[in-house]
Amino acid sequence: MSNRTDSNSYTILFAVGMVLVVGALLAFVASSLRPKIDENKRIEKQQNILYAMGVNENDESSAIFISDAEVAEVFEKYITKQLVITDGTNVEESNDAYLIDVKKEQSNAKEGKERKLPLFVGEKDGKKFYVAPIRGKGLWDAVWGYVAMDANMVVQGAYFDHKGETAGLGANIKERFFMDDFAGEHLKDASGKFVGIAISKSNADPLNNDKTDNEVDAIAGATITGDGVAAMIKSELKLYMPYFNTLKK
Amino acid sequence: MGLLSKKDQKLILDPLADDNPITIQVLGICSALAITAQLKASIVMTVSVIFVLGLGNVVISLIRNIIPSKIRIIVQLTVVAALVIIVDQVLKAFSYQLSKELGAFIGLIITNCIIMGRFEAFALGNGPWKSFLDGVGNALGYGVILIIVGFFRELLGSGTLLGFKVLGDPIAKTGLYAIGYENNGFMLLAPMALIVVGIIIWVQRTRNKALVEDH
Repeated sequence: MSNRTDSNSYTILFAVGMVLVVGALLAFVASSLRPKIDENKRIEKQQNILYAMGVNENDESSAIFISDAEVAEVFEKYITKQLVITDGTNVEESNDAYLIDVKKEQSNAKEGKERKLPLFVGEKDGKKFYVAPIRGKGLWDAVWGYVAMDANMVVQGAYFDHKGETAGLGANIKERFFMDDFAGEHLKDASGKFVGIAISKSNADPLNNDKTDNEVDAIAGATITGDGVAAMIKSELKLYMPYFNTLKK
Repeated sequence: MGLLSKKDQKLILDPLADDNPITIQVLGICSALAITAQLKASIVMTVSVIFVLGLGNVVISLIRNIIPSKIRIIVQLTVVAALVIIVDQVLKAFSYQLSKELGAFIGLIITNCIIMGRFEAFALGNGPWKSFLDGVGNALGYGVILIIVGFFRELLGSGTLLGFKVLGDPIAKTGLYAIGYENNGFMLLAPMALIVVGIIIWVQRTRNKALVEDH
């Protein structure tokens, strides 16, 4: 190499120039694709909510959403009301409730500000579903999901997703064999107290026949992810208790 | 291939067989294990790597005379990282489900040893056209193995190819399943990828003894 490219000042200049060029390029790409990516995320939310209440195109083993093209229409058809709950029982209707960012609301709550809880009321085959979004921590990164319940807080269906859990282990929370176990599970114990659903390694009921034990079978090799899912179900859905109590009256 | 000279042809064709990055140079094994449970993921990874390595080689080759040698590794990393972020963003915008499935693996292209290896070993010393061919050739060589492994893992592990049930329905017991065939779930786990790669290496070296190293 020539002496020119070996000098310190040239090296520094080159580094600065490179950072500017690459930075500008990436900023341009990110901002020009942003609307399209946001749209994809919006569609995904609708698909997730519908999935939890059993509106999906599942075959016998894999989880398949309503297609991107149809989802807006189907969402309109099945989701009859979108609610925003504040203060536990203060309910407002809002057609954009599904766009509420749960992560942001969680940090609002932490700072002592009011937290908005979105709840989606759906109707399918004459049955009412209440779908709530939840969010928590897995082993590596965020885990989140949507849980569909009936008025007694019995789980009707669930969808879980994650940002970076280990493939083949924690990532299996979004597989049917795990998610399907939640259908029919009770969130409350026999006395009506909210206890959530534990993801249990010592579950004596691996076939999940007992729906009132507040337990589902854990995934082998994914203890921390499973605990994270159980913790988010417990802490997040508990917030909806006051609202569900008003439904009984 | 009339368009390419003999030398250029070699740049594309050699990595496909006798100088294959995975089976001969033993680079890029990590991603070959991680994403080959499905054929579709293998193909997408191949296309992404062709894009990143082909373009990356050209960029590095174009600036090879002005890169300060003291920071050349950092410059190479920046180029790969920038290209990978672009691939990631484009996938998120135009193939969202797929980008979710590939997830972390797209980011892992950055650490794919084949890419830094070709930058350092070829693009820094050759012109853009040759570097482009070398990049595409090596990415194809990597992709061929990925696709072979993906083919067998998906076929034997899930009984499907690109999601189509080619062997019949395991629940309804049609096709092969009617006579008692079962999917081998072990094929879906990473160790089997290593075994399939091992079998490919074995077959390749049996056919071409010149590839067998003396020890």
